[in-house]
Amino acid sequence: MEERREWIKEEGGSLEAYIQAEQLGEEETWKDQVKKLVRQNKLAVFSAVVIVLILLAAVFAPLVAPYDPYQQVLQDRLLSPGAEHWLGTDELGRDVLSRIIYGARISLAIGLIPTTISMVLGTILGLVAGYYGGKVDFLIMRLADVMLAFPSLLLAMVVMYTMGGGLVNIFIALSLVNWAGTARIVRAQTLSLKETEYVEAARSMGVKSWKILYRHILPNCLPSLIVLFTLNIPSAILSEASLSFLGVGAQPPSASWGLAVVRGKTYLFSEPWLSIAPCVAIMIVVLAFNFLGDGLRDVLDPYLKEQ
Amino acid sequence: MTKETKQERETEEMVLQLSDLRSWFFTAKGTAPAVDGVSIDVPRGKIVGLVGESGCGKSMTAMSIMGLVKRPGKVVGGTITLEGRDITHLSKRELSKMRGNEISMIFQEPMTSLNPVYPVGRQVQEAILLHQKVSKEEAKNQVIEIFRQVGIPEPEKRYRSYPHQLSGGLRQRVMIGMAMVCRPKVLIADEPTTALDVTIEAQILQLMKKLRDEYGTSIILITHNMGVVAEVCDNVYVMYAGKVMEQAETFSLFERPGHPYTQGLLQSIPRLDKQEKRLYAIKGVVPNLLHLPKGCSFCTRCPLAEERCFTERPELYNVGEEHKIRCFRYEKGGE
Repeated sequence: MEERREWIKEEGGSLEAYIQAEQLGEEETWKDQVKKLVRQNKLAVFSAVVIVLILLAAVFAPLVAPYDPYQQVLQDRLLSPGAEHWLGTDELGRDVLSRIIYGARISLAIGLIPTTISMVLGTILGLVAGYYGGKVDFLIMRLADVMLAFPSLLLAMVVMYTMGGGLVNIFIALSLVNWAGTARIVRAQTLSLKETEYVEAARSMGVKSWKILYRHILPNCLPSLIVLFTLNIPSAILSEASLSFLGVGAQPPSASWGLAVVRGKTYLFSEPWLSIAPCVAIMIVVLAFNFLGDGLRDVLDPYLKEQ
Repeated sequence: MTKETKQERETEEMVLQLSDLRSWFFTAKGTAPAVDGVSIDVPRGKIVGLVGESGCGKSMTAMSIMGLVKRPGKVVGGTITLEGRDITHLSKRELSKMRGNEISMIFQEPMTSLNPVYPVGRQVQEAILLHQKVSKEEAKNQVIEIFRQVGIPEPEKRYRSYPHQLSGGLRQRVMIGMAMVCRPKVLIADEPTTALDVTIEAQILQLMKKLRDEYGTSIILITHNMGVVAEVCDNVYVMYAGKVMEQAETFSLFERPGHPYTQGLLQSIPRLDKQEKRLYAIKGVVPNLLHLPKGCSFCTRCPLAEERCFTERPELYNVGEEHKIRCFRYEKGGE
């Protein structure tokens, strides 16, 4: 009260102005935002729950899986789904459910690790290109154009052929392929953000360039980066499945879903569950991430929010 | 006053001096002299107004002082002196040290001058940590103290507020707080009140005057509002197409506006005490900087232009104590 009276006296402002200023301070916190998200975006929240469950299943696969995914029991070959083996067994007598659960490890790792690497790479390059402009910008963005012009699956295949199959090489291939899209988006955002007055103000306060980049520009790019991240994950998972399907990705006896689809192909008419099970698994994960991404975009995108 | 004593006085009192400053834009279509030979003296503890229409080079002058001119613009000539030190060609590091510490700036749009992702207190705190060797706790106390000084109610609470939670007036107060927190020698205010409504405008101007009195900071106030100039400025420079057209003490300028452009600006203020059918407007627009007239840059719009104005460029002529006008009509001094 004392402060209020002083403020009004000193500044000649009205009581009304003060109260308005006071009320403006009471805005929604992040907790309110989470509540709003849960209320308005049930699909996204459901997807998030699904992702968490799959993630837990992948991490605790040895505890969750009923059988050893690599153990071959040749007398139990090609069993139909039943009480013993919920999703049946494959041509070598391995439990399909266990292999799907272990396959989640591979798919999620493929979804998260190369996406993270490529997005960090793309973000840094995009920030530098957008902020410094000139020759650096030209160099980085033309390189990105080349990457984008080339079919990414083909490029990944070339990388895999030259380096050989295996998980680590998939990581490298997918990281190399996917940075360009991120770089483009971040560059575009940086271009508009660096013209904002608070960046100008920061420069007029004597803040150094790199600090402006990571303190002022990067945080303002984050909403779109988060959305992009959740949308890049399923595409990486699909890429791995495609590469494995084409025989240049994961190699047997890996439990990769893409590999399972191609092996089940042979038995498509007699034992369809061998292909259908991994396909459904891929679909669930990809859809879950996509729905989550859409939901996050609705929450984080200021333009959609206003409508 | 003899020449010698005058010079002595100048170096003694002037905090910031621009002499013959030229900042040009090098575009594909040609060279645009956005600031063309501007000389401005900023005395200690005074408020200097920089007036003119949009695009006359006011903001470019400010940016040149801060060393913030961006390509394709460039400072091509003249000197900027801060307390006798030439700051025209400082290295990036030296510029960083100077900005915000010795000269700071506030911008037109308080809506966008603050980063939306950080609480305002932290942004001001950062300005302190950038230039002073103090602990975070100490910096926070300084922020709350400056918030109190610039009239932000409940400074402790506002410290944690995000920019979108504050009104325009409060945000501009935060900006002023940020600019003043390191006690700069010169504060450049680029249209600080243009985006605010008139009651808040008056409060912000009062605040700037108050801070000037308390800290002895010199202020360069860039505005297109003659009312604001009359309210707070000690000296005024009227700019047009990158040149100073008239410079005088505020009182003298309003009493005896000499340049036709200044007269036009003053006439185009809406007035309540006179019955006028229409508001006066200076005809035409600011000429394209790429195709300036050969003579006086105002000749195309000047109601009093003579033949000579189209072919020759006028100098700044002395017409009295600290009153200079760039117009041939004052070539022989006085009227």
